[in-house]
Amino acid sequence: MNPDEMPDEPHLPSPSIWPIGFAIGIAVLLVGLIIDPLWISTIGGLIAVVFGVLWARDATSELRGKPVAIEPERRQAAPAGEDAPLQELSAERYPRSKFLEGTTLGLGAVIGGIITVPVAGFAVLPGFVGQKQHKVDLGPVSDFADGQWYIATFMLDPSEGEVSRRTTFIRNNGPLTVKGKQVPSFTIISNHCVHLGCPVQANGPSGAILGLKTLTETGKNGKVTLTPTVPAGFGCPCHGGQYDTEGNRTAGPPVRALDRYEYEIDNGRIVLLSTYSVAHVDGTGAQAKIQKYKPVGPGEHIDGIEQIFYPLNPPHH
Amino acid sequence: MSTRRRQPSRMQQAVDFPLDWLEERSGLVGGVKYFLFRKVPADTNWMQTLGSATLTAFLVQTVTGVILAMYYQPTPNDAYASIVNITDHVTLGWLVRGMHKWGASVFIILMFLHMGRVFLFGAYKYPRELNWVLGVLLLVMGMAEGFTGYLLPWDQTAYWASVVGINLNGTAPFLGPWLAQFLRGGQDIGAETLARFYSLHMLVIPGAIFALIGLHLYLVIRLGVTSPPWSKEAAGADRADEPSQLREGLTRPAARGAGESE
Repeated sequence: MNPDEMPDEPHLPSPSIWPIGFAIGIAVLLVGLIIDPLWISTIGGLIAVVFGVLWARDATSELRGKPVAIEPERRQAAPAGEDAPLQELSAERYPRSKFLEGTTLGLGAVIGGIITVPVAGFAVLPGFVGQKQHKVDLGPVSDFADGQWYIATFMLDPSEGEVSRRTTFIRNNGPLTVKGKQVPSFTIISNHCVHLGCPVQANGPSGAILGLKTLTETGKNGKVTLTPTVPAGFGCPCHGGQYDTEGNRTAGPPVRALDRYEYEIDNGRIVLLSTYSVAHVDGTGAQAKIQKYKPVGPGEHIDGIEQIFYPLNPPHH
Repeated sequence: MSTRRRQPSRMQQAVDFPLDWLEERSGLVGGVKYFLFRKVPADTNWMQTLGSATLTAFLVQTVTGVILAMYYQPTPNDAYASIVNITDHVTLGWLVRGMHKWGASVFIILMFLHMGRVFLFGAYKYPRELNWVLGVLLLVMGMAEGFTGYLLPWDQTAYWASVVGINLNGTAPFLGPWLAQFLRGGQDIGAETLARFYSLHMLVIPGAIFALIGLHLYLVIRLGVTSPPWSKEAAGADRADEPSQLREGLTRPAARGAGESE
């Protein structure tokens, strides 16, 4: 072909439905290869061949010199000199480009959301839902002498290892008469400072120096140790918070009294349950009046005017 | 004087050919030249290298951090042992860990010095306010890197510092307790916290820092280097290769209201 005879405009084949039939034929052929290579593949192959030939004929009709059927223009030609009303008309219509832009952005947002929401939930939610409640077996009640303080350490969840080791201060207050029945009474104080969570220490000698033996037992809460101590109070090494033996703040930055553990006596053994927060304790030992609150984090006020800053707390055990 | 261009030597052609090839297909060579060969005020100061120094410190942190990640185990039972292994047994591990540990402080110190330089030079003023804001975000991210990285050695210092740090966040009004529980990944510091801090420290926050550095540098390139306060030159010079009216509004803003009175 001479370059001068080359058409100026790009050559576009006329619209045709044959490729669709050809594609269906190929699809049937491929499915047939899996299901029934003999029959279904043959049928698919035949469909593909028939439509392929028709498609090839159609695509080459121009080259073979056949006249090309062109769809006639169905829109009315705009009358000359009346551009303005037509422009107004087309401006009122919702333009196709706007629609496509909207759908692209909208679909993008939907896809982004489908991906982001579960991922964000996966990153955030596990820390808030399904928190395990732990029961801690500290051994028989008879291990705890009346009126004696012990530093008890245990693992909350031995499968997590040493990182789950916790410490409490326990005192057996002796039996308490409730509704005519004698029940054991314990003071069990968490060692998490309510300033910023450092480990408070017993202000006093502990262990061998007292001539008392440290009890050790290994059970389902790992190695549980009970070290006797004689505290004058509790003190935090980090920022100097001080507490009395009931856990009331006596000095320093803490904002309330030390947290305590719920407990139950199961078969003569003492079992620790969840912790709870304490605003203040009046009285001591078995006669103590404890202002008890739901467990909250260190540094959070639970009474007084400041409590309005912490209206909602994450779920706790 | 001859106007004929000298034929480039064979050597020159060998260097030019791949560069021209790359330039024609990507424009990267021109881009790099645009980035590197900028006009700066004649009296720029050594203080103005603090930003580049900070960037270098961050790149050192990136490289050493990537290598440390090859040996570190982010699980409660192995983390400390893997740190000991890196320090005592891996060849030159002590050096890479030391660079990462001390480099962290260098990075933070340089950020503050850079910030002080920008403040004292008045380089935060119009039209560079946005770059100050980006710089502050970078500082926050750098601090977050320090906070999350501090837990990873998993020794007593690391553990209790993170307990206190997370509980400090927890005392913020209203959302504090939620933020603390998110950081811990539960009620108490444990395996979840370590893994989560590791991911934040080596993936999430560095990604944010890289993005912010990109924007920070883009604005530096676009707005130019500020001349020192004692400079006789106008702040920010035009590029030789672009029409000055393009940048006039940025580098030499008209006096307020000057346009309106006409």
